[in-house]
Amino acid sequence: MKFGIIVFPGSNCDHDCYHVIKHILKQEAGFIWHKEGSLPPVDCLILPGGFSHGDYLRPGAIAKFSPIMKEIRKFAYNGGLILGICNGFQILLEAGLLPGVMMTNRSLKFVCDNVYLRLENNETPFTNQGKLGGVLKMPIAHFDGNYYADEKTLQELKDNHQIVFRYCAKNGDITDDANPNGAFWNISGICNKERNVLGMMPHPERCAEEILGNEDGRVIFESIIKSFA
Amino acid sequence: MGARPIASLNSLRFGSFDHPKTRYLLNGVVGGIAGYGNCIGVPTVGGETYFNKCYNGNILVNVFSLGLVKKERIFKGVACGAGNPVIYVGSKTGRDGIHGATMASEEFDEKSGERRPTVQVGDPFTEKLLLEACLEVMSRDCIVGIQDMGAAGLTCSSCEMASRGGTGIEIDLSKVPRREVGMTPYELMLSESQERMLLVVKKGYEKEVEEVFKKWDLDVSVVGSVTDDGLLRVMNDGVMVAEIPARALSEESPVYLRPKERPEYLSMTQRFSIDNLPEPTEYAEIFLKLLGSPNIAGKGWVYRQYDHMVRTNTVVYPGSDAAVIRIKGTNKGIAMTVDCNSRYCYLDPYIGGMIAVAEAARNLVCSGAKPLAITDCLNFGNPEKPGIMWQFEQATNGISDACKRLNTPVVGGNVSFYNETQGEGIYPTPTVAMVGIIPDINLHQTQWFKDDGDVIVMLGKSYEELGGSEYLAVVHGIEEGMPPGIELDLEIAVQNACLEVIQKGIIKSAHDCSEGGIAIALAECCFSGPKFNRGAKVTISENIRGDCLLFGESQSRIIVSLDKGNLDHFKEIAEKNKAPFKIIGRVGGERLVINELINCPVEVLKQRWKMAIKERV
Repeated sequence: MKFGIIVFPGSNCDHDCYHVIKHILKQEAGFIWHKEGSLPPVDCLILPGGFSHGDYLRPGAIAKFSPIMKEIRKFAYNGGLILGICNGFQILLEAGLLPGVMMTNRSLKFVCDNVYLRLENNETPFTNQGKLGGVLKMPIAHFDGNYYADEKTLQELKDNHQIVFRYCAKNGDITDDANPNGAFWNISGICNKERNVLGMMPHPERCAEEILGNEDGRVIFESIIKSFA
Repeated sequence: MGARPIASLNSLRFGSFDHPKTRYLLNGVVGGIAGYGNCIGVPTVGGETYFNKCYNGNILVNVFSLGLVKKERIFKGVACGAGNPVIYVGSKTGRDGIHGATMASEEFDEKSGERRPTVQVGDPFTEKLLLEACLEVMSRDCIVGIQDMGAAGLTCSSCEMASRGGTGIEIDLSKVPRREVGMTPYELMLSESQERMLLVVKKGYEKEVEEVFKKWDLDVSVVGSVTDDGLLRVMNDGVMVAEIPARALSEESPVYLRPKERPEYLSMTQRFSIDNLPEPTEYAEIFLKLLGSPNIAGKGWVYRQYDHMVRTNTVVYPGSDAAVIRIKGTNKGIAMTVDCNSRYCYLDPYIGGMIAVAEAARNLVCSGAKPLAITDCLNFGNPEKPGIMWQFEQATNGISDACKRLNTPVVGGNVSFYNETQGEGIYPTPTVAMVGIIPDINLHQTQWFKDDGDVIVMLGKSYEELGGSEYLAVVHGIEEGMPPGIELDLEIAVQNACLEVIQKGIIKSAHDCSEGGIAIALAECCFSGPKFNRGAKVTISENIRGDCLLFGESQSRIIVSLDKGNLDHFKEIAEKNKAPFKIIGRVGGERLVINELINCPVEVLKQRWKMAIKERV
């Protein structure tokens, strides 16, 4: 299958996603510049991590005006798969493709660390190879990962099983100690109602190889590939 | 140069924690490095953070960045070919940073605050765009030379490029993009606005270069051309405002031969003798105190703020002897480290300089890398003072002698003088950054103990020495004595043996003994692993005082652990390399026990070590 990786000015994890898809999972991958007016034929779009437009104003707030966003919206409405990682998640929120907002971490500091996630929904194209309630270890690296949504939105997210990942302790318990940024309800990843758009703060592309000491991120990419098989 | 930056390290020096500004500066500097480094997508994979009152008025921030380039695609800052266009790219020029480099070359006094306008204002986002755009333009066949505009901005970059090319450059200042109105030619030539580059391009390729930089929303302007008269000529609205031989400002700068004299303080500090020092009776308390000393304590608070994983190459995270990254598309790895114990350099700059190199190499060897080369950042006080000039000469001699013996060339570097506030200089701080290669990344090594039952061996020799140690400073409040001795033959024997046993897959961990001595090194072996703690029972029979045995900082020592079955093979390799060694204990249990002196739960030690910095900030 073919992945398209959107490159915004300031994207940093574009090459990392490309590497995992191309060299580890042996799938097709190509970069798409944010000023393009149309999308090439692809099966899945990735909005990678980084600091699009320097995170000025708010992370993702300027990127949502990039010319390519119009095409990305169309792609989403037509059921195309979109995975937003870290800054990509922030852009999806700003663009209204996913509900809620990101606030600055409660520590008021950038945090780079390995954290644990509990898989809350394995019936999405991004998680179908995962075990429901299973714990994954993944790196995070962000300044603004403090997810927030109002009560009504949160209720909708719960009712529609849109909460896909929550920060947890090593044993799977959802605790405040295990919450690295203050995110509401320990939310670290959500999808839209239709299940074709997923945003997540942790970086699956950073933990998909044995030499890096962790392969828990592979399940995300393998699920996507499986959903197209 | 044409290289993509793949990893950074930093060496930070702050004043003591009881100085009112230290916490503010620590927060600001670490936040600043995080803000810039994370944004440009270059992982900060390691470094060092020291605290000493000698930096109360002058903190040091040294950064090392490693790039990867194919050797046939290296670009240089050179202007060749008369008639070739000179192109300015990057940010617009403002009034920030005028005289920035000169300010950094002056002593500070109570009026230093007035010089704030001479500080440059950086913008990491523009830097990221400039980085990507430069790499894109370099992948085409149109660049003759390229140099960044750093100290003295446009003046320095144009003169140096012309001088290296044996050419001249004519610049028209009316073409320089600017962010402020009314800037004078003087200001334009000396502005140190960040994120700017000067390019010399093959004639006829102007359009192609312009398109690349416009794609990345950067300013690009043909500001002049290469000439063959060897002069830097500056035009402004058709009027010539400066003309000077380019070489006069670069190659032909004066060489200072300043007077040198051994400083007087040394006769006082070197009088110190451990015979007058009471031997402690309660070691556990001292051990915990040392683990909580900011210089020894875990630096997680610092590196958790740095993205140390982006680019997905980081194999060994910060907090180890050396950072290890893999090189994609090969089986190779690279290890890198920064080192300098400035207290040693203060007490004997020659020995301190040697130890900085030896320890850096030892750190790399512990990770399984063969040391290749160093670069340095030489931070000193006012060189017009004969004592400082003497320190400078001694320290560089020490670095030079050690590099010759260890076969690690000094391939670059940087000098920072005048680090003084109200006449008080910092300790001489010649920071050494060293890079080594790991031929097979799967054979890299880490510092923590792996399995219960493994044998613990110490490579090297311990002596009765405490001068300049962290123990002496933290527990007795004394920064005196001679730094530990360094014997390069022994150093090389130990390093060769260690590297060979790692490359043959005989050992399971290797850790250098440095600040805090063998006790601290053993503690780190017990608790620094990412997944679990390990205990250890250690018996060291040396005919030296208890405090020297535990906390002395004798050089050229490495603690390794291995399966008992490999002991014969290990001995054979150590003996072949003439490396002395001693079997000192076994991995196992939940406590660290050293002789009859220390017996503590590993988790207690770990918490003390891990929380010390966090509690202070």
